[in-house]
Amino acid sequence: MTQETLLIGLAGVLAAAAPIVFAVLGETLSERAGVINLSMNGTILLSAMGGFAVAYNTDSLLLGFLAGMLIGALVALIVAFASITLNQSQVAVGFVLALTCRDLSYFLGSPYMNVPGPRLASMPIPVLSDIPILGTLLFRQDAITYISFLAIILCWVWIYRTRPGLMLQGIGEKPAAAFIRGANVNLMRYVYTVIGGALIGLAGPAFSLGVRAGWMGTISGLDGFGWIALSITIFGGWNPARAAFGAYLFGLLQWLGLVLQPVLTQVPSQVLQVAPFPLMILTLLLVNIGNAEWVERTLAAMPERTRKFFAKLLRAMRASPPTSLGVPFERD
Amino acid sequence: MLKSRWSGLFFQLIALVLSLTVVSLILLSIGASPLNAFSNMLTGSVGSTRKIAEVLVSFVPLLLVTAGLLITFSAGLWNIGVEGQIVLGAIASVWVFRIFIDSTLPPSLIIFLSFLGGMLGGALWAALTGLLKTFGGVNEIFGGLGLNFVANALTLYLIFGAWKREGVASMSGTEPLPDSFSLAQLGELRISPTALIIAILAIVFVYFILNGTYFGLKLKAVGKNFRAAYLLGIPTWQYSMYSFLICGALAGIAGAVQVAAVYHRLIPSISSGYGYLGLMVAMLINYQAIWAIPVAFFFAALNIGSIQLPIVMQLDSSLSGVLQGILVLFVLLVEGFRQKFIKRASQI
Repeated sequence: MTQETLLIGLAGVLAAAAPIVFAVLGETLSERAGVINLSMNGTILLSAMGGFAVAYNTDSLLLGFLAGMLIGALVALIVAFASITLNQSQVAVGFVLALTCRDLSYFLGSPYMNVPGPRLASMPIPVLSDIPILGTLLFRQDAITYISFLAIILCWVWIYRTRPGLMLQGIGEKPAAAFIRGANVNLMRYVYTVIGGALIGLAGPAFSLGVRAGWMGTISGLDGFGWIALSITIFGGWNPARAAFGAYLFGLLQWLGLVLQPVLTQVPSQVLQVAPFPLMILTLLLVNIGNAEWVERTLAAMPERTRKFFAKLLRAMRASPPTSLGVPFERD
Repeated sequence: MLKSRWSGLFFQLIALVLSLTVVSLILLSIGASPLNAFSNMLTGSVGSTRKIAEVLVSFVPLLLVTAGLLITFSAGLWNIGVEGQIVLGAIASVWVFRIFIDSTLPPSLIIFLSFLGGMLGGALWAALTGLLKTFGGVNEIFGGLGLNFVANALTLYLIFGAWKREGVASMSGTEPLPDSFSLAQLGELRISPTALIIAILAIVFVYFILNGTYFGLKLKAVGKNFRAAYLLGIPTWQYSMYSFLICGALAGIAGAVQVAAVYHRLIPSISSGYGYLGLMVAMLINYQAIWAIPVAFFFAALNIGSIQLPIVMQLDSSLSGVLQGILVLFVLLVEGFRQKFIKRASQI
């Protein structure tokens, strides 16, 4: 494999991961505020279908993407209303929406099955795209991939470097304290869930108008990405940069599956395609195991040096959810 | 008035009307007649004895899975991994059949062994989710989802690899098992009475455990308040594991039924989504075993009734999923409103 083909392959990984990046960023924002949006798998499918249908009928890619965001925001609004205002289980409502939106996308999308429609063209950035290596890797992408890069940076800066971002962290960790400091906890939860939902909704058209252009219903292979994005959010430890890294890692694994197919002939190709999914559990285990009680007990029994080594290793991988994740806030 | 039993039923009726309205609006928006669609679904599901038998074929695994999920829900666990547990039950039962394929043992004994295998397969797969939760700190929702994907990968591996069909492997599944390994059917109808009896026994068993035993009481205590149950001396994590094992075993039977009574081989989507549908049924009946039979039958009827929609009305059959989902969603929302009203009424 020459350097050029490798670079193009990796650039493809960055583009293919763009939808997942949007999804994990949206979920990260929502969960940072304390709301689990479990509807993601259905939202992505419905916004992929809706975004494609709108772009096809209006011949405007921009409207397609906006439609996807609107769908994502509306679904998230239902999750927020049911959980924050009506005090119902976030998991239950999110799960039902995940299934309902999926079936709705298949039902409403059947006229658009296998219809050739508009798709994003690659948009090399002048000057920057001529930089050796980085030019090919980063600056010969389509518009939505550039936006995905920007979104990662924006989310990270927002959460860790701005005042409202600091408040967001507080709402997820200690809502009561944030409330005393003057934050309208439930309103903020609404806002972040809906914004997060809009980002998740961007993932759909990023598939159907970008990397996997078109709508193919049940065989479009999009079913499942939402669940993967949920586990990547945990892997990312609710940090946008680490979550994006997880999305790229997943994209890389899928690409490797394709590249290695001719080499590993004894493994059926269908298995290689799903290989990243089991690997996600393994990473979840690594990320979470530091939180288990028996690990701490075992660590305590180890000799000083080994203990320090393992403790460091676990701490580096570990991720703890926002303390109030999934817990309703009531002032009393 | 709001707290009474009848008001609960009244509110559920509102949810039903609302969801039918929304689905009708969706149908109208694409230019289809709602009445036509609903009547087609009705005749397509309970219009003839043959159709009712088809509904029962779908009802059996759904009821088994729902029965299992009532146990895990009682223990406060969201066993989303139930899909994978059905799959592993199916894989294990096919495995047993393959072991005894040339044996001279009576076929009924081999079928019995395959059901035991299915139970064990499902239970072990569920135990894996439980272990990940107890010892790995991985939430059962995410561990379960991940294991569902692993189960599907395993099925594909078996179909295209180890248990490959002679000649060319395909998505149509493994080599069909001999006819003697099928559960007997009711005359011309596709439903197996044995499978139906097993499913009914399963829900009775679960009802009895939850409402008539000390074990069930403790299970519910763990589900209601994990910390308090622990302080009361209930071995909490063991009880979580028991509930995973029971649910996995019941889901495993559902997988074995799919093999011995329906498909007679391993196919890629052997679980047919019954796991996720079972979660919806359990939510809709508010985790009360007594309602499981009628609601599971209703959901199965919607599934079967929608099959002829593409042929008769050029509508996608996923309409049944839309209707089921919107119904559960409205039940949850309406219940939220009811509780809000009760709270407000008690404050005045």
